[in-house]
Amino acid sequence: MKKNLNVIAAYGIMLGLIILVGIFQSWNVALSIFNMCLISAVMTMGANVQWGYAGLINFGLMGYAALGGLAAVLISVDPVKEAWLAGGFNIIMCLWLIVLMIFAIRFVLRNFEKSKIRTYGIAAIIIIGIVILRITSEESIGAIEAINPATTGFLGGLGLPIMFSWIVGAFFAAGLAFIVGKVALGLRADYLAIATLLISEIVIAIIKHEDWLTRGVKNVIGLKRPVPYEIELQTKEWFINLVAKFNSGKLELISNISDKQAALNQLVIEGSSVFVKLCYSGLFLTVVVALLIVTQKALYSPWGRMMRAIRDNEEAANAMGKNVVKQHLLIFILGSAIVGIAGAMLVTQDGLFTPGSYRPMRYTFLIWVMVIVGGSGNNFGAILGGFAVWFLWIEAAPIALFLINLLTIGLSETNVLKVHLIESIPYFRYLMMGMGLLLIMRYRPKGILPEKIEIK
Amino acid sequence: MDFLNAIILLLNYIFVPALTYGSQLALGAIFVTLIYGILRFANFATGDMMAFGAMVTILFTWYLQSVGISLGVLPTALLAIPFAIVLTIGYMLLVDKFVFRYYRVNKSPPVQLAMVSIGVMFITQAVVRIIIGPSDRRFFDGEKFIIKANEFKEMTGLNEGLAIKSSQVLTIFITLLLVSILFWFLNKTKTGKSMRAYSDNEDLALLSGIDPKRVVMITWIIAGILATIGGALYGLDKSFKPFTYFNNMLPIFAAAIVGGIGNPFGAFLGGYVIAFSEIFVTYAYKKFFMYILPKSMEPENLVQLLSTDYKFAVSFSILIIVLLYRPNGIFRGKVL
Repeated sequence: MKKNLNVIAAYGIMLGLIILVGIFQSWNVALSIFNMCLISAVMTMGANVQWGYAGLINFGLMGYAALGGLAAVLISVDPVKEAWLAGGFNIIMCLWLIVLMIFAIRFVLRNFEKSKIRTYGIAAIIIIGIVILRITSEESIGAIEAINPATTGFLGGLGLPIMFSWIVGAFFAAGLAFIVGKVALGLRADYLAIATLLISEIVIAIIKHEDWLTRGVKNVIGLKRPVPYEIELQTKEWFINLVAKFNSGKLELISNISDKQAALNQLVIEGSSVFVKLCYSGLFLTVVVALLIVTQKALYSPWGRMMRAIRDNEEAANAMGKNVVKQHLLIFILGSAIVGIAGAMLVTQDGLFTPGSYRPMRYTFLIWVMVIVGGSGNNFGAILGGFAVWFLWIEAAPIALFLINLLTIGLSETNVLKVHLIESIPYFRYLMMGMGLLLIMRYRPKGILPEKIEIK
Repeated sequence: MDFLNAIILLLNYIFVPALTYGSQLALGAIFVTLIYGILRFANFATGDMMAFGAMVTILFTWYLQSVGISLGVLPTALLAIPFAIVLTIGYMLLVDKFVFRYYRVNKSPPVQLAMVSIGVMFITQAVVRIIIGPSDRRFFDGEKFIIKANEFKEMTGLNEGLAIKSSQVLTIFITLLLVSILFWFLNKTKTGKSMRAYSDNEDLALLSGIDPKRVVMITWIIAGILATIGGALYGLDKSFKPFTYFNNMLPIFAAAIVGGIGNPFGAFLGGYVIAFSEIFVTYAYKKFFMYILPKSMEPENLVQLLSTDYKFAVSFSILIIVLLYRPNGIFRGKVL
């Protein structure tokens, strides 16, 4: 108990801050911050598995999160029958063509010795494959995108409940991580960082511009929800009774019946949105706790010890007979899969998929700030980082406004400097993130909750 | 005649734009490569430091314009650049003193320095956005075109026009000038040689009495010059928007690595490799083939390898191929 005092204290403060937001701003805001914190926590756990456990630097988090989001679309949207009729056959043929290409490349790699001719041969296979792909797919893509472009214009998905996408998103991300890991994991740390960053940009470019699959920048809106809709809740008898019961003290003070009814209606509207958010919180919290248990078990298992050994001294671990390349690939895939889950959760919560919104600042660098600030190598630290940094990211604007007003208290309301500063309040969050990262890295390089190394 | 038309078409839509874009990338790539070679970390704040330089240039340009000073046909920004360079160097030295020096003295691993540079990136972004705002700004004044498409058509009687913007000529000219001075400095002067020695083998350089503080300072000074001029030229040619500068960091990194990181000449050429391949692969050649092929063989579709949406993806794919087959880059990096 005493050993974990700092963990308990840190989480207590964090929860206290969110409750303060609930009291002073509104419970809606507090819960939406809390939900986003949970999603960020899942992402940081993914990054922490890679960076904290194995020392692998992955700046491609954005790409995996986007793939998770794509999974949510492909799972939950109803299939567009006309589009399948118009071009589905060709698209499936193209998929087969890609599989064929991969097998051809594998065949060449297996059966010929490494030489220049082999390299050129593989290049030729890829180029010819792409040309054939373009020729076969061009017409059907045009046909698919032409079908009712304002609302569909894409193949749609499978029409399953969106919760399945959390698993599928993990598999999508794991698949991408397998390819990226095979290609890039041999690189030195800073090269790996740049390579993964650029690969994630390529993934985003594909998601943004392949309209037949993702609707691209036209966005997919109105995804199905795993939780009830506010409008439906507001008409349900049991829910109204529940709200009335909760607020009975407040309602009893109003004597006029019509006033009472109006107040109750208002409370029901507010309550429905809080209730929906609470449902999400429950779902997300389940995922976070499950992942925390699994990652924590893994960290203290022999496998976790081996990963730390590899992280701390790759050559020694290799000499002890550990397969460093294989383990690196494995942990790269596992971490990315967790990020994929987070991506799917994010799209589930928002109910929409906007490929244009995937920017490295928000989905890669911010997550890294969370991991570093929270404490890499320590799951509790990483989750705390997700909470603390997201909280600051959202609450930066009010804090900045307060500080600016405090510092420019002598200036008049129309002072040019003051007006300019107040206009640029949204950008103070970048300043706070940067300052926070630099201060933590300088004075507490292991993060708020540092990694604990148990010596028995 | 048709053949000439085809050539002019390629010149107008591929060669001149790619040369300009390549020059802008090259300056950034040399910046990245210098920092990597001497300070030994990948600087993720590159794009935003260039945005800072461009921002200061714009502020000085506005000041000069308000006082009524201009260069006539040339853009006023050229006059503002020297002042901007001084301020940008000041900012960089300040950042180095308060942020990077601690890790350098402690001999932290490069990854940690790269993480720190992300912190600097956040702060620089905030500074630029707070001072000048995130919106799109054009600050080019003076004569816009050297040759207009119509004038060229009248002059030569060809079907295809060739338009050359003065910002393009300025970019290419200034880049070549700056890069030649830089290579002369690195290869011929004593300071430049000491920098190369430091990059090649730090311990040996220290033993021979090279002052590391001086080397680091001169590196940041050169970096400041490159960042300001590169940023300002990009802003003059296209427009200034902080977000594009952040995005440009990626092709700049690609250029530096393709050319062999740590090798300034490689970075210089890498910029052009990236720019040309981006534009070559995404250009629609339909019109070109219409000129050179007989009527019966004219293509029906656009003859475009990849749509322009994948412009960035092209350069990144090149980078990944280079990383796989020649991790040291085309021109063998890691020696200045």
